[in-house]
Amino acid sequence: MKLKTLAQGLVAVLAIAAATPAARAAGNDVVIGDIDDLSGVYADVLGAGGVEAMKMAIADFGGTVLGRKITTLVADHQNKPDIGASKFREWADQNGVNLVLGGSNTGVNIAMSKVAAAKKVPFIVIGAGGASLTNEDCTAYSVHYVYDTTALANGTATAIVKSGGKTWFYLTADYAFGTQLQNAASKVVEANGGKNLGAVRVPLGASDFSSFLLQAQGSGAQVLGLSNAGTDFSNSLKAANEFGITRTMKPAALLVFITEIHALGLPTAQGLYLTDGWYWDLNDETRAYAKRFFAKMGRQPTMDHAGIYSATTSYLKAVKAAGSTDADKVMAELHKMKINDMFAKGGYIRADGVMVHTMYVMQVKSPQESKYPWDYYKVVKQMSGEEAFGPITGLCPIAPK
Amino acid sequence: MTTLFGVPVAAILGQLVLGLVNGSFYAMLSLGLAVIFGLMGVVNFAHGAFYMLGAFAAVLGLKWLGIGYWPALLLAPLAIGVLGVIVERLFLRHVYRLDPLYGLLLTFGLALVAEGSLHEFFGASGQSYPVPSALQGVMNLGFMFLPKYRAWVIVVSVVVCFGTWFVIERTRLGATLRAATENAPLLQAFGVNVPLLVVATYGGGVALAALAGVLASPVILVTSQMGNSLVIVVFAVVVIGGMGSILGAIVSGLALGVVEGLTKVVYPEASNIVVFVLMALVLIVRPAGLFGRE
Repeated sequence: MKLKTLAQGLVAVLAIAAATPAARAAGNDVVIGDIDDLSGVYADVLGAGGVEAMKMAIADFGGTVLGRKITTLVADHQNKPDIGASKFREWADQNGVNLVLGGSNTGVNIAMSKVAAAKKVPFIVIGAGGASLTNEDCTAYSVHYVYDTTALANGTATAIVKSGGKTWFYLTADYAFGTQLQNAASKVVEANGGKNLGAVRVPLGASDFSSFLLQAQGSGAQVLGLSNAGTDFSNSLKAANEFGITRTMKPAALLVFITEIHALGLPTAQGLYLTDGWYWDLNDETRAYAKRFFAKMGRQPTMDHAGIYSATTSYLKAVKAAGSTDADKVMAELHKMKINDMFAKGGYIRADGVMVHTMYVMQVKSPQESKYPWDYYKVVKQMSGEEAFGPITGLCPIAPK
Repeated sequence: MTTLFGVPVAAILGQLVLGLVNGSFYAMLSLGLAVIFGLMGVVNFAHGAFYMLGAFAAVLGLKWLGIGYWPALLLAPLAIGVLGVIVERLFLRHVYRLDPLYGLLLTFGLALVAEGSLHEFFGASGQSYPVPSALQGVMNLGFMFLPKYRAWVIVVSVVVCFGTWFVIERTRLGATLRAATENAPLLQAFGVNVPLLVVATYGGGVALAALAGVLASPVILVTSQMGNSLVIVVFAVVVIGGMGSILGAIVSGLALGVVEGLTKVVYPEASNIVVFVLMALVLIVRPAGLFGRE
């Protein structure tokens, strides 16, 4: 009796599973999905603001492409790779998703890129930084749009070594992103004649950083390389200030978003070098976008908020040019196009998936230099895309050197 | 430089002091948990949320009402304590007669609601709170520079913890409280208002968590998530000390802060799990905890 019930249940489940693709075929919408950290430590960097920016891009595009309506899907990956990957798979199988935008967290994005390759769905990484996404973990359907660990290291580490910070000690977040960032920075430091004195790996989301900082101070290095992000970065810099470590060591922020500078305040953050892919106060075009974003979200956009707008628009332009949402055709168009908008000028997506565009080395202003709200950065150096992202490494099988 | 097991002694001493600072927070939080569990039998999973609310009360009090650090040290725990009393009257009192699991789930749910709402309003990047001017600067201990504020944290924690221990273990009020945990109906028969005792206990435990939150706010960024990783560690501390043992909570809180600090020198990657490894060991050897009664 039980067996029979079980069998009936199984048949019902199979029937539902089989019926779903039919439901998908009926919908003719172009579906864009965003999978991001909407509730955790990275929620301010992209999060709900990113969803808003994506919708702004779709509305500005007219809401339709090829005569088809554009609809959106949003999911919170909670910084868990399994949730990100299974959501992506579900959307690919049941909702006919045409493009997935990857939010913050390198680990989650690596998991999602595997699904993108298996399901042949274009996948544009916005918030994550790990350069492995276009190297060991690259796929034919991945694009890395805003910044990566290579560009961050090339920007910040080069600038600091050149200004005399020769010996480095790293405070590294103990996961994929932190170690990739530290490795990238170490290489740049050595290439420029500097020395790496060591590193301490800090568990993600530690509640106290003072012990680790004391070790950094004990190393006698001139530069404190902060290979972490989000609240971890803010708390480590705050403690470094409190313990007077910033008086003997120069802090180098390897990844900072403007929302963190806003949270820390200029008295703590002043003088910090960092690398950014975009800044709201660069020119009239960026200010115009920032104004619209501010009206909706009540804060200035980060580079990710500008990047997700630009990426959504680029994808829709590629669909239009291809005359189809076929993944291979759209990817071919994406690799062919020049990206010219408020986010990037003359940007292009090369064979390994990196969107090559200008990056900026910034220094945080002092409270006296800051004249109006969110007036936080001065541009130290503008790096060409080629300089920032470096040459193709050859680690990605589809993109030989 | 003198070394011990290949690690400079100065570094070890430094980590001992920092471990005591972190241990102070553990002790204050685990103390509140132990009191609430000991007297009410409620596993208060909302403890981390109350800690976070205490910090937010300090930040918002300064921002919106201009209340400085010193008054906040008193007012924020008071306000959050009152909130705790409301929570007890509205929700918790209905679960006393049920399995402890219900209280755990209820408080866990309340914590999620509190964290979610503050995240919605204030985002994830956090709020800064300045170190009060009287406590700015550092002290030279010879082997390290200790910010004055961190030293202050140790002092407050030790005073508050042992004050609480004294009240509960050595005064008449404490004796009544302990009697209530042993046999509430009998105590009620003597004319003692037991429900009032219980609600005061919960309010007091919650106020301790909020006080820890106020103390923490100049040290770390105040975010809606600041309590949820801490509460798990604090639970481990309480288990190690012995569920419900007040002295156990204080001593193991301080001791585990120190152990964690030393782990950060020897093998930093393990610093966030060492407390749980110890918990597992204690559960194997002394299931009732180091200070617990069998």
